Amino acid sequence: MNFELTEDQNMMRAMVRKFAEEQCLPGLEERDEKEEFSRALFDQMGELGLTGIVFPEEYGGVDGDYISYAIAVEELSRVDASVGVTLSAHVSLGSYPIYKFGTHEQKLKYLKPLAEGKALGAFGLTENMAGSDASGTRTMYVADGDSWVINGSKIFITNAYYADTYVVFAQSDRSKGHRGISAFIIEKGTPGFTFGKKEKKLGIRSSATYELVFEDCRIPKENLLGEEGQGFKIAMKTLDGGRIGIASQALGIAQGAYEAGLKYAKERVQFGKPIAEQQNTQFVLADMATQIEAARLLIYQAGYLDSAGKPFGKQSAMAKLYASEVAMWVTTKAVQMFGGYGYTREYPVERMMRDAKITEIYEGTSEVQRIVISAAVLKEF
Amino acid sequence: MNIVVLVKQVFDTEAKIVLSSNTQISADGVTQIMNPYDENAVEAALQLKEAQGGEVIVVSMGSQKAVEALRTALAMGADRAVLVDDPALIETDEFTAAQVLAKAISTQNYDLILSGKVAIDGQSSQVPARIAEILGIPHANVVTKMEIKDGKAEVTREIDGGIEIIEMPLPAVVTAQKSLNDPRYPSVPGIMKAKKKELKTLSLADLGLSADEVASKMAVLEYSLPPARQAGRLVQGDPAQAASELASLLHSEAKVI
Amino acid sequence: MSKGIWVVVEQAQGSIRKVSLELLSAGAKLAAEKGEELAAVILGSGIGNLAGEAGQYGADKVFVADDAKLADYSTGAYTSVLAKLINENEPNLVLFGNTAVGKDLAPRVAQRAGAGLASDCTAMAADDAAFVTFSRPLYAGKVNAKVASPAARPIMATIRPNSFPVVESPKTPEVVNVAVSVDAADLRAILKEVIMQASGRVPLTEATIIVSGGRGMKAPENFSILEDLADVLGAAVGASRAAVDSGLRDYEFQVGQTGKTVSPVLYIACGISGAIQHLAGMFSSQVIVAINKDPEANIFTVADYGIVGDLFEIVPLLTEECKKIKA
Repeated sequence: MNFELTEDQNMMRAMVRKFAEEQCLPGLEERDEKEEFSRALFDQMGELGLTGIVFPEEYGGVDGDYISYAIAVEELSRVDASVGVTLSAHVSLGSYPIYKFGTHEQKLKYLKPLAEGKALGAFGLTENMAGSDASGTRTMYVADGDSWVINGSKIFITNAYYADTYVVFAQSDRSKGHRGISAFIIEKGTPGFTFGKKEKKLGIRSSATYELVFEDCRIPKENLLGEEGQGFKIAMKTLDGGRIGIASQALGIAQGAYEAGLKYAKERVQFGKPIAEQQNTQFVLADMATQIEAARLLIYQAGYLDSAGKPFGKQSAMAKLYASEVAMWVTTKAVQMFGGYGYTREYPVERMMRDAKITEIYEGTSEVQRIVISAAVLKEF
Repeated sequence: MNIVVLVKQVFDTEAKIVLSSNTQISADGVTQIMNPYDENAVEAALQLKEAQGGEVIVVSMGSQKAVEALRTALAMGADRAVLVDDPALIETDEFTAAQVLAKAISTQNYDLILSGKVAIDGQSSQVPARIAEILGIPHANVVTKMEIKDGKAEVTREIDGGIEIIEMPLPAVVTAQKSLNDPRYPSVPGIMKAKKKELKTLSLADLGLSADEVASKMAVLEYSLPPARQAGRLVQGDPAQAASELASLLHSEAKVI
Repeated sequence: MSKGIWVVVEQAQGSIRKVSLELLSAGAKLAAEKGEELAAVILGSGIGNLAGEAGQYGADKVFVADDAKLADYSTGAYTSVLAKLINENEPNLVLFGNTAVGKDLAPRVAQRAGAGLASDCTAMAADDAAFVTFSRPLYAGKVNAKVASPAARPIMATIRPNSFPVVESPKTPEVVNVAVSVDAADLRAILKEVIMQASGRVPLTEATIIVSGGRGMKAPENFSILEDLADVLGAAVGASRAAVDSGLRDYEFQVGQTGKTVSPVLYIACGISGAIQHLAGMFSSQVIVAINKDPEANIFTVADYGIVGDLFEIVPLLTEECKKIKA
């Protein structure tokens, strides 16, 4: 048992923190205000190798581990949760299924540029009638000669519009339920593939969220990912890993809010002394620090299991459930600590609280995580 | 083109200074980073190497803590590192540092020696020029532009109220101003490769130096924290009143305008 | 037998720079306390007339190295001449201004003379054991060190501008003309061009008044309101790192730990929150004024005078008020 990060992991943290503070922080408020996605920041992350941490060198990655990846998402989100989710959705959702289920040719053609950060990835699963229950997928596909033809639409797709490569799930026969779902790799610019409305969101406003629209979108046969009918499994397996990313995003948001609160508590004087010297503030800070550390340990445990090739679905669900609820709690308390100022855009905690909420919702709501966890624990006995 | 870059591990700029005694600054819990200006020096060296080939050797003097700065430079792309670490070097001045580093550098092949224009901890800006003097080569400080060709360095350096352009034969010492370049971040693959690169630790004895030879000239008698500034007076009233009141306070009370 | 306190004098446009007058004034005081002689060392070309000016501020003796080779500052030539002079005369103490020239020249001379050097000192006191002690801010002023050279002579130091008042104490100095010879090895670096900035403003590090802007300035063009105030006050214009990082102002104007360290008589911080790294660079200012719309801004904890309000309203009004006072 070893609770120390490796030298590499510590250096990674220092590097990503510096990158986030120097490159993501300037312009952050404006991007949030204007709901502006920054492709430039993604490109920089690609150059730094952040997009390829968990993938093999053969496919453009750097052969790193999931804890390093979790650290990267955490450190980005500590400053800017929108940039954090851009990386998380790109790696865990856009790239991972191709790595895990793609053929060698698919990996060379699609994973390599994704891992190198030359292409941006996205993942199209959610529909208006298929949220937590993916088996309700209504986007349909049919085989037609050398092609698949896809019709339907996907909503709330992170990185969409800007992304180059999309992993999209479609149904062949609704009577088959989740067994009828298959996964496809679809390139931006494919005729029949367009974008619908851009979502206006409460938080993570500078991450891109669009609707995908498929109208007789014809893609080559070789762009089927995995086997026909394997889509649901691919989606579930992908979301297992994705939870580590979102848990890390939540952790980063919580850490950022906690640090802001800590700093403010030392500066803000009320009733003749800094609020940090008042016990109610001290207790809040103690609870924040404890919960953040607990969330961190859960995430690193899940990351360790994933890197070691061991089952990690339960742990990643626990990490995601806990970290996202910690993020919501810590940011809410941080706003409270700042009082009226906390509610204004003069201070960052207001944005952090808005950003935190989504971590309880996307890539499996807290309720879905509880289903996953309870199913796992009930099976254990 | 072989380039030696001097780097130093320093307290982060956001660090608060705590004294553990009146002759000791506490390093407990302080985040340490590579001296920011040294990052510019490393970047300049890497750019030169990329353009002209050769080797980039990073050199530091300090405790094992300095390994982090060296590893960071290796992760940025430097080829190998040399650390001089000796119990006799815990309390040193710039004279000592220069003697030791010059000796360490003289064991390397070098065409150019780069460093940051100042270390943000001791901020004395002495060591590079002293090293140049020991090695008998020219130096240029606070450089904002550098071109190396035909065995010469043409550099633009900041002077008070302007700039000057100097040409020097190599080898030479050049210290980097922030505006020289934008230092790269160590990349993830760079970080992973760094631990496989050579990092040699040398003692004074390894360099053939005795503690007496390099003994400090200057001594720190005492450290003290600056007296806390008291928050002064908030000037009240509407903007016009406040501006008028402030101007008259500065004129007749503080007597500074 | 070492003797004397020396000030290496810098000149610009035919007169002695203010920082050198500060050093002569402080040197004269120390010389009186120690019973030593104060000598000014002036290097340049056509600078013989400056000896009298040095005498006005207490120099007993003036070494004049007047030679065409010294017309422009060159590290090598200046080091050559100065180190020889020091080795021949063995002064106890040699003071430089902590200016671009002082910072460049002093370490090289100190190394050649086998001397210790205290850099960027802000105070100096006579000492029985060590001859003199210096106070120098480290970590951009977050801590002060009292330092001394217990045994080695000469002692050398560079002194931060604005650390000492300029005080006249007229003397008729003995003028010593120095024969200038420069070692070939010291002439390897060639000065090709000097480009002085067009701006008539005083450099930040020497300014007695600085008007500085932070992220609250919002856009580069808004700095014009600070420049208007600076024009009225004869001030320099600085910026915080947040402003520089946001592209509002060039790096050369940055005040703080990774920018310039300043200690003017008056520092007016506009729209600057007061991050520790900025405070470190201006903490030793005599009077600090803060104008910020955020009453919780950290800058108010160090400001002598503060106004909570919109700098875009207040600064122009303050400019008008200062004009009235100056008129």
